Amino acid sequence: MKNLVILGAGTAGTMMANHLHHELKQPDWQITIIDERNEHHYQPGYLFLPFDIYTPDDIVKTIEEFIPNDVTLLKRKIERIVPTENKIQLKDGAELNYDILIVATGAKIAPEETEGMGGKEWQKSVFDFYTFEGALALRNKLRDWEGGKLVVHITEMPIKCPVAPLEFAFLADSFFKHKHMRDKVEITYVTPLSGAFTKPKATEALEHLLHEKGINIESDFAIEHVDNENKTIVDYGGREIPFDILVTVPTNKGDALMERSGMGDDLNYVPTHKATLQSKDYANVFVIGDASNIPASKAGSVAHFEAEILTENILRYVKDEPLKEEFDGHANCFIETGGGKALLIDFNYTHEPVEGSFPFAGIGPLRLLKESRMNHMGKLAFRWIYWNVLLKGTHIPFVSATMSESGKNYN
Amino acid sequence: MEKTIAGKTIAVNEEGYLTDFSQWDESVGKELATEANIDLTPRHWEVLKYLQKEQQNQIALSIRRVGKSGVVDIKEFYSLFPNAPLKTSTKIAGIPKPASCI
Ligand SMILES: Cc1cc2nc3c(=O)[nH]c(=O)nc-3n(C[C@H](O)[C@H](O)[C@H](O)COP(=O)(O)OP(=O)(O)OC[C@H]3O[C@@H](n4cnc5c(N)ncnc54)[C@H](O)[C@@H]3O)c2cc1C
Repeated sequence: MKNLVILGAGTAGTMMANHLHHELKQPDWQITIIDERNEHHYQPGYLFLPFDIYTPDDIVKTIEEFIPNDVTLLKRKIERIVPTENKIQLKDGAELNYDILIVATGAKIAPEETEGMGGKEWQKSVFDFYTFEGALALRNKLRDWEGGKLVVHITEMPIKCPVAPLEFAFLADSFFKHKHMRDKVEITYVTPLSGAFTKPKATEALEHLLHEKGINIESDFAIEHVDNENKTIVDYGGREIPFDILVTVPTNKGDALMERSGMGDDLNYVPTHKATLQSKDYANVFVIGDASNIPASKAGSVAHFEAEILTENILRYVKDEPLKEEFDGHANCFIETGGGKALLIDFNYTHEPVEGSFPFAGIGPLRLLKESRMNHMGKLAFRWIYWNVLLKGTHIPFVSATMSESGKNYN
Repeated sequence: MEKTIAGKTIAVNEEGYLTDFSQWDESVGKELATEANIDLTPRHWEVLKYLQKEQQNQIALSIRRVGKSGVVDIKEFYSLFPNAPLKTSTKIAGIPKPASCI
């Protein structure tokens, strides 16, 4: 019997377990998935927690519910990968051998990378919303906050869901309007990029929205430290931005497991072939989701497209056939813009997000790069789709793993 | 797009980055630096040469990577190329603007 081991039972690992157990069956194959946690979190929901739009119950379920019966789930901390010996060491000392390994350990925040960020103001006036605890602490703070300077900040790229901080700024605008206190809150969006986003057409559309909503933007800001005494953030050039509440997205890194295993880059991401998802260093190791260093968005939608292609490639690898170089970096994200509206963007390695319709050329019903209520309904429906369709690895009708160029206005 | 830099016709993109590194030489670098209000010192040149070497080896550039290079720390990188050092320095070095991936 051969062993396929999946590290991490988050979005990507769970989808791979669901895809592969139909294909690699006992007694020939044993599939094992390992995660240190009991709970599976719907991370896109962290965006809505601070504004009391979702409750914790909406976004937390047990990991077990989503793992097929014929896949072994081990709830343990992974200590080390020994890729030269095809072996995994767990924290409790146990060891597992693998024939094929899938790394799906994700990315997490690392506030310790920035001086003063995790300091005495952490979760008092300095918050993150990329963790459950952070989003909840922020919700409690916002419930009775009386206003002042709200700074929404990105430490450095890449981060998972790169549009989430923008969505946070838009939702904050909407939230304070509803509370009839928008005039008491000054919102500033601070980014290390030269504009609201990395891709020119989307940047234009998004900056327009920031402007419309009276949100200031400070670009090219590379933070050096958080000054806890004076409540300012300071960049390497000496520029200072004061805050009453700082909502920051700290540096994102892969799990420290990669450092211990000597398998990561300087941010603990695993060097991965961007079209096949095979590790660059070990032929029987594959990487999916936020854990890889491929130049695609770190998003659940991307992991979903990757999962379809990786499943095929693993089956090819098992049969000794050449891998398909098929993954094109396809990403597809809703961007909440507040007031019950959202934008939708669709892009890949080579094509930036543009206007058009999705998923049907000329028909939609969703509009690309334009605010609409339909897009907002799409974003809210996404939670149901996530729990009931996406995690199970079911193909979403009409949406292909590689990007379609029809219905889009490229010029 | 084309632009005359240091008396030569040079291919650049919309943002003014060279699209063909073989057209770059020190006089081009000097003129691009002048446009950015920077007087190049030997220290600037050390950093520019390092960036070009990384680019040749296809290493993705980031502020963090440069800061850890041992060539220059982030603070000094900012004082050499104020405001947006990576964007400014790569333009002067004649190499592509680093894609901060999304
Ligand atoms: C605020 C926010 C908003 C977002 N919004 C969107 C959105 O709108 N749309 C979208 O598509 N995506 C969104 N995302 C991104 C999406 O959640 C992630 O891209 C996705 O979860 C990545 O899946 P993954 O499996 O790679 O990692 P994860 O889902 O994070 O799973 C990694 C798993 O590995 C486990 N693990 C790691 N290291 C170890 C170890 N050493 N031992 C044991 N277990 C370990 C962890 O416990 C975890 O369960 C958002 C993310 C955030 C934070």
